[in-house]
Amino acid sequence: MSENGKAGPATAGAVGTTAPKVPLLEVTDLKTYYQVRRGLTEQLARRPKLWVHAVDGVSFRLARGEMMALVGESGCGKTTTAQTILGMVKPNNGSIRLNGTDLVKLDERRLRPLRRTLQMIYQDPYESLDPRFRVRDSVEEPMLVHGIGDSRAQREKLAVEALERAGLSPARVFLDRFPHELSGGQRQRVAIAAALVLGPDLLLADEPVSMLDVSVRAGVLSLLDALRRNGDMGILMITHDLSTAARFADRIAVMYLGRIVEQGPASDVVRNPQHPYTKALLSVVPKRDPRERAAPQILTGETPNPIEVPAGCRFHPRCPVAVESCRLEDPQLRLPAGATTPAHQAACLLV
Amino acid sequence: MSLLEVTGLHVWFEPPHAAEVHAVQGVSFALDAGERFGLVGESGCGKTTTILALMGLLPPNSSAAGEVLINGQNILAGGEDSVQPYRWKDVAMVFQGAMNALNPVKKVGWQIAEPMAFHGVAQGATARKRAGELLEMVGIPAAAGERYPHEFSGGMRQRAAIAMALACEPKILLADEPTTALDVMVQAQILELLTGLSRDLGLALVLVTHDLPVVAQVCERAAVMYAGEIVEAGPTDTLYHAPRHPYTRLLFAATPDLYGQDAVISIPGAPPRLDSEVAGCPFRPRCDVPLERCADEHPDLRLVGAAHCAACHRNDLVVAP
Repeated sequence: MSENGKAGPATAGAVGTTAPKVPLLEVTDLKTYYQVRRGLTEQLARRPKLWVHAVDGVSFRLARGEMMALVGESGCGKTTTAQTILGMVKPNNGSIRLNGTDLVKLDERRLRPLRRTLQMIYQDPYESLDPRFRVRDSVEEPMLVHGIGDSRAQREKLAVEALERAGLSPARVFLDRFPHELSGGQRQRVAIAAALVLGPDLLLADEPVSMLDVSVRAGVLSLLDALRRNGDMGILMITHDLSTAARFADRIAVMYLGRIVEQGPASDVVRNPQHPYTKALLSVVPKRDPRERAAPQILTGETPNPIEVPAGCRFHPRCPVAVESCRLEDPQLRLPAGATTPAHQAACLLV
Repeated sequence: MSLLEVTGLHVWFEPPHAAEVHAVQGVSFALDAGERFGLVGESGCGKTTTILALMGLLPPNSSAAGEVLINGQNILAGGEDSVQPYRWKDVAMVFQGAMNALNPVKKVGWQIAEPMAFHGVAQGATARKRAGELLEMVGIPAAAGERYPHEFSGGMRQRAAIAMALACEPKILLADEPTTALDVMVQAQILELLTGLSRDLGLALVLVTHDLPVVAQVCERAAVMYAGEIVEAGPTDTLYHAPRHPYTRLLFAATPDLYGQDAVISIPGAPPRLDSEVAGCPFRPRCDVPLERCADEHPDLRLVGAAHCAACHRNDLVVAP
């Protein structure tokens, strides 16, 4: 992609070049559980340990130059999935292969040089930037951490390049500004520049525009879109906004209670949804056109507690079309009969 | 006579050690019973300030001018004394982030009954009974009134906040970003609840949001605010299909749609600062089709169609049908 990518340690890049067929990111049967804290009395009473099944068997692939959206309601496990990929949480099971290397098996010392190849953009640029850091400090700090750039002058050059790529032009004007002197969109672009400066292969974007004004959202999304098209970076975008996912992602994976229940090319998932949860979710997305007031299919209640995941299909208690077998059998992702592309998968017994 | 009539509302803030900010600059609109009206715009456009003024809840460093008529009575005429009798009894509000504004150490039912006692609507057992009825009305079992806010999910807390606003049977409900922090499915539930309340109780609803699709789905009419002014107002259908202000058109174009085919484009630039007088049209620096006169001539809000007005000089070029 860029000079930035070549400047760093060769580990990640070398694996990618020797095995070009390996997808950028391959997550297999990922499970991340959190233990529910028990009080002293509960421990003395030998109450069983309870687990929150935050991510409960997630598998997907992401190619270079691709943008995939992980969508779902809060508590569905989409953010935990990202945190597990980043190494912030250890998974209980599964593998996370980045350029073929399984990150789960690496210890902290060997993981560290790989960290620069996967970078994160957070939801709130008002909180993710240190208010006492000038733009230059925020963008140069990752280079200091990873030992990039031999001199201040070189680091500044790289920072300017990253800011320009993030659409802050002319970058020199912004270098000495503080976050409070920037608009929300500009702040998010600084956060993106701080991620780009390390030349990442994979960018995780957690609700990258939900805190921004409507008028500037499209700009930040178009920037992410251009970045992955120009380079060979892959982007995993976590969002609850299906309209954004439909417009900007190549593929959409819909999560429910720790599982991907449907995934496929964005247009197929949006225009030809197969899983009843996806259908319900799409029906409640407000449309811009007041004439498109279709009757929303409102599911009652809220996502069940991930401590006690329903037996059988985890969606069956809220499913409008559930049958008896849904209570017994846990459906796996498969090609639905109504799909128009083999890349489309849904986890429902009835499709 | 409309139920609510706002005429020429102005609000100024006087921040310490800084220039006066003219946050709301002559906003006018009217609303009838059972009507659902949307107030949309970017952050800082004055939409929240406008409805806080209707409730007489502006902070002490602010001043307001203009008329807010409820059933013909100007509630802004005599400061707090003239607003107080109307607040919560005629006009009530669901605040932004209301679901996080419940008192964590009081039971939900008690919190819903409190405004009834304060405004002399009901006391003691009557108030508690009515709190239970209100909870049922917003889709929560009455018995849940005995629980604390932390035992509620986000969606339930928002419903409780709506029940609280309905405690004194208001005629007008102001809802400030009522679904912003909620998931789409819960958002759909809350929007359906608000629509149902306005239909069944004849409640006039003012929905304040930055989310155009939410307004498009819920409201019959809407006003688009920019830099403290209403720049276009009319039926939501007309605003989407035949906007007469570039800002409205660009705002829709910047909003991704599930099935939309056209490119999603952001609006360059940022709204003007409101601490000094803006010369000409406030949207001119961001406008894609400015005229020469826009630089120094301020466009006024004018009728451009049936119940449709816009503040853009371009409308002078079009011969009215």
